[in-house]
Amino acid sequence: MNVLVYLVPLALALGAFGLAAFLWALKNGQFDDLDGAAWRAISDDDLPEDERH
Amino acid sequence: MTAAQDLSLFVRRPLDGVAAMDLVVEGVHCGACINAIEAGLRKQAGVRGARVNLASKRVTVEWNEGALEPPAILERLEALGYPAHPFAANTVDSVERAAEQQLMRCLGVAAFATMNVMLLSVALWAGADSDSNSATRDLFHWLSALVALPCVAYAGMPFFVSAARALKAGSLNMDVPISLGVTLALALSLFQTIAHERDAYFDSALMLLMFLLAGRVLDQRMRRRARDFATNLTAVRADRALKLVEGGEACETPIAAIHPGDLVLVRAGERIAVDGAVEDGRSEVDQSLVTGETMPIAVSAGAAVYAGALNLSGALRVRVTKEAGQALLDEVNALLAKAMEQRSSYVRIADRAARFYAPVVHLTALATFLGWLLVGAGWQHSLIVAITVLIITCPCALGLAVPAVQVVAAGALFRRGLLLNSGEALERLAEAGTIVFDKTGTLTDPRPTLANGADIAPADLALAGSLALSSKHPLAKAIADASGAKAPLSGHEFPGRGVSTLHHGKRVKLGSVAFCNAEAEAAPVAAAFPDASLIALKTPERKVVFAIRQGLRSDARETVASLARGHEIEILSGDRRAAVELVARELGVARFESDLKPKDKIERLKTLSAAGKRPLMVGDGLNDAPALAAAHVSISPVSAAHIAQAQADALFLGERLAPVADAVNFAVKARRLMVENLCLSLVYNAIAAPLAVLGYVTPLIAALAMSGSSVLVTLNALRARDA
Repeated sequence: MNVLVYLVPLALALGAFGLAAFLWALKNGQFDDLDGAAWRAISDDDLPEDERH
Repeated sequence: MTAAQDLSLFVRRPLDGVAAMDLVVEGVHCGACINAIEAGLRKQAGVRGARVNLASKRVTVEWNEGALEPPAILERLEALGYPAHPFAANTVDSVERAAEQQLMRCLGVAAFATMNVMLLSVALWAGADSDSNSATRDLFHWLSALVALPCVAYAGMPFFVSAARALKAGSLNMDVPISLGVTLALALSLFQTIAHERDAYFDSALMLLMFLLAGRVLDQRMRRRARDFATNLTAVRADRALKLVEGGEACETPIAAIHPGDLVLVRAGERIAVDGAVEDGRSEVDQSLVTGETMPIAVSAGAAVYAGALNLSGALRVRVTKEAGQALLDEVNALLAKAMEQRSSYVRIADRAARFYAPVVHLTALATFLGWLLVGAGWQHSLIVAITVLIITCPCALGLAVPAVQVVAAGALFRRGLLLNSGEALERLAEAGTIVFDKTGTLTDPRPTLANGADIAPADLALAGSLALSSKHPLAKAIADASGAKAPLSGHEFPGRGVSTLHHGKRVKLGSVAFCNAEAEAAPVAAAFPDASLIALKTPERKVVFAIRQGLRSDARETVASLARGHEIEILSGDRRAAVELVARELGVARFESDLKPKDKIERLKTLSAAGKRPLMVGDGLNDAPALAAAHVSISPVSAAHIAQAQADALFLGERLAPVADAVNFAVKARRLMVENLCLSLVYNAIAAPLAVLGYVTPLIAALAMSGSSVLVTLNALRARDA
């Protein structure tokens, strides 16, 4: 059962990391425009002008 | 547009030297639009950045302060092909938004805690506590408590606050048994943990909270979406007025920035955006949005005019007044205040269920405690069993039963062009007995159309249409639309009377009947269309009279007929009898009343309510606002006067009347599903509660039962998608 000594804190830390990521995303407005995000993923405006299609 | 624009009201200053403005953009559909707008705006000198929100159809633009004038942004967007309208987010919007963010944070915390506590619980259920000294089990329980207690304290806030508010007001809502169940479950689990006992319910309490929060988030999101949409509509309707500043210049100003005492110019063909008194000018106004009366009224200096009226013929200068001192507005406001006071405090179906449910549950728990005590189980064991009863009967499914249906039904109605202002509107809609329609602007299309097109020779219509294109008069627009004319004949406009021109060497006139001396020709047309405004065309050879009126909405007949199958239909109008009778006959409605004042409409609604008919009022005018507030439930078209829109429980979009019928059908179905869902959760309780009373419930059973019943009611709620 000694394995619990680091596995349990590890599990909790992973969960807390996920929670922190979620709260950051929420605060950062990542959930404000769910429709637009789907389109932005496929837009190629990060390419130089002549490589766009 | 020649007038300068004053947009300073909409400009924010997020940082020093940076100005920003939020705009509602028309015609944004996909990723290509996002690119076009953002790239297009960034190319404008001075613009720091632009961000499109596709979900809410808005764009936020930031620029270096002083580098450009705000109207330039509107022009740029217009040139890109996306007409935009500035708007200022109001406080209600930001409050709703903050509430949604807070609920999302609670949901995140609850989900985190549930996952981690489940991790420990599943290990225990799987046999991790089988070692003899049970040290592992205690460790896991303590860890669970460590996670659960602070998380519940945070994520349970929305429920605790609401429950406390209800108790303070001396009533019960669903949040009272929820809060009690969660708190007791935690307290019991903590006690069991300290006492090295086997059963703890941390996972059940957290899972319950997570399910309920998910329901709340969906509910809040639906409300915010409807509100966003309503804000966009207001922005697109562009309530701006031409304010006359010193020196006689006109400046286009949002009405929020116009104050009593300002002078406003209203040109022919424009809607009056403010309440006020005419300073000078002479014109006719169409007050149909205000009083329901379709005949234009002549106004001159000193006359009172109301926001929403259409200025037909001449330019007016209007002095903005406070609302007080105007007979009609005073009357409407007084009636409105009274109607809202009397609006029965409606008890939502979920709260009604809670009022019945909570005492039963709490009495059962008490009886369980006493029962176990009587058979000699000892007070400690008796208390534990009694609390498990409270946990197992905690209304998880009950709390989801109603909001889940509301969210699904509201989403379906939204796609059909109906916006619900509140979730409970759905419940009240389902109870509607009599459906009361206003005529003007509700049953009829607010845009005037040519009524006697069939009687007019195509050549005359084409000629009138070309001539009409040169006029700003709204009735002329109806003729131009009907003729499909593209090439305008340049004519000389006589304000308030008509236009005149030389066509192939002949004098042609289009205008009022008197302007064309067509009284003889007008008489039969007036008799055939008593509710129409008449326009005459005069050529040297002949005179033709056009009847123009607000025609019925294209699907009014079918919609009213389908509603009439389950409901009584009435028409209550402020318009003249002849006009109302015509519409009633066309729609096959037997009961109608005309020439009604706002208080007459309320009287009629009261009579209906007293007879237990629960009226649904559908209306749009300023004069309908008190009636909309007094009715059991109300719907307005989006073209309605502001004050009416604010009172309505739902708004319908577009030219068609069908959303009204959809609303009623969906509401009836949704109500049935709500009742079904409540019954489902009661059945679940009927099975689980006896097990709990007899002391057979373990944490595993509690967790399974809770998630099982929640999933069941959610799946059932999905059926609200189609009527």
